[in-house]
Amino acid sequence: MNPLRKFDFQAIVACIITFAVFQTLIATELIGPFWELNMVLICINVILSVSLNLINGYTGQFSIGHAGFMAVGAYISAIITVKLGMSFPLGILVATVAAGILGFLIGLPTLRLNGDYLAIATLGLGEIIRICILNIDYVGGASGLMGIPRLTTFASAFWIMIFVIFFIKNFKNSAHGRCCLSIRENEIAADTMGINTTKYKVMAFTLGASFAGTAGALFSHYFFLAHPATFTFMRSFDILTMVVLGGLGSMTGAITGAVLLTFISAWLSDYPEWRMIIYAATLIVLMLHRPQGLFGSTELSLKMFGLGGKDDGRIAEGR
Amino acid sequence: MLRVEDINVYYGAIHAIKDISLDVTDGEIVALIGSNGAGKSTTLRTISGLMKPKTGKIIYEDQDIAGLSAHKIVGMGICQVPEGRRIFANMTVMENLEMGAYLRTDKDGIELAMKWVFEKFPRLLERKNQVAGTLSGGEQQMLAMGRALMGKPKLLLMDEPSMGLAPLLVKEIFNIIKEINESGTTVLLVEQNANMALSIADKAYVLETGRITLSGTAKELASSEAVRKAYLGG
Repeated sequence: MNPLRKFDFQAIVACIITFAVFQTLIATELIGPFWELNMVLICINVILSVSLNLINGYTGQFSIGHAGFMAVGAYISAIITVKLGMSFPLGILVATVAAGILGFLIGLPTLRLNGDYLAIATLGLGEIIRICILNIDYVGGASGLMGIPRLTTFASAFWIMIFVIFFIKNFKNSAHGRCCLSIRENEIAADTMGINTTKYKVMAFTLGASFAGTAGALFSHYFFLAHPATFTFMRSFDILTMVVLGGLGSMTGAITGAVLLTFISAWLSDYPEWRMIIYAATLIVLMLHRPQGLFGSTELSLKMFGLGGKDDGRIAEGR
Repeated sequence: MLRVEDINVYYGAIHAIKDISLDVTDGEIVALIGSNGAGKSTTLRTISGLMKPKTGKIIYEDQDIAGLSAHKIVGMGICQVPEGRRIFANMTVMENLEMGAYLRTDKDGIELAMKWVFEKFPRLLERKNQVAGTLSGGEQQMLAMGRALMGKPKLLLMDEPSMGLAPLLVKEIFNIIKEINESGTTVLLVEQNANMALSIADKAYVLETGRITLSGTAKELASSEAVRKAYLGG
């Protein structure tokens, strides 16, 4: 077994143990409904931040329209289960694919822009998606789509999260992933290496968008409704904050950022009048002391477990 | 091998390149010299596909490549070493070189190319696991060249290889360019350091505000009164 596979295996075991512990705690009601809700929310937020990290962190394209794709996933899956009466897994799948297709269509023209311009364009697109939904009576318009059954469980959210993490981790380590990284490092140099930069930017954007759709589907099926006001640009910023706080370009950073911020926000709900103040102060202090994010762009992984395997010639193997 | 015919390139409303034509024959080193803003780099960027000409043809091995995207042109064997050593700063030296072989699928060939690059640039071998952003300016230039060579280009486009380097290093870099050329790669070189460029080139073009004003063999140009006055310091 090569070191990477061995690491995967150990990681899966760790996941199973983590899952078993939390599931037992929930089953024995040591974790009450409030914290169970927040644990599902953590899973959803991790999916969102890890998928946004693929676009913003690995490929270096500054997108802030993630809530829009999440909204698409939330609504499409709800239409599948509520309006069409089909199964939830199918709903998740269709939501993922639909958000991905939308990401592809939006990414193709907008990814010609870069830096600030792309940020503004994606911000606008996120809002356009929300306003469109707001005006479609079929999905409830401004009052939202109600009566969605709670089909998301901690188990489904957890395992989908694990799947997304592994998918994006493997993507990053593939030749495709290396192309995305090289675009972040230097787009012109990547161009002169013969990398089709547009293709890889759109690929990362599409993948990121489709996983945001997955998260949206889980979200609407946990909170009973899909409401346009849930998917404003504030949510996009929340997700972005998680990624930046954890460290742009670090998978473990994105995960930590999502867990930490969801946790802080849940914990502070006991002090509603102080909540936003403490939340904001935490962010300011963290950004002052670690502007590169908690982990910078490094990973909290392999080497820390003494498993740092050399994998020379990855590119050659990947092709 | 490469024939550029009357290309015109614009940056928005600015007419940067005016009816430039040039010829590169197999096995040569051709230099484009001229002062700042003459359009040397723009010409190179147009050939490599980073910019599109408005009119004109770029014929490479009997095929018009004007307007093709950069990655397609790389696939045809034209590789550019971009200005200012655009290396992948957060990747190691090895990883940078591997990226250079991105379009190749022959594993043995890649290994050979890597060996060859390390032979030419022993300093890169010493630092192969170092993060590229921490290399010195000269080493970064070597890495950018090595990376381009990993793709085994037929035509190597070099944009200002001497920029920001100490005179001794410039000499070393130019010697290596000569060696690369001797091992069979055609080189099109853009350079402000006219003296250096003319000393290794077979043929040269002088650019002034987007036009070619003089051309000829490197020897002719080096002894031409106009060039000596304008670029060689008397």
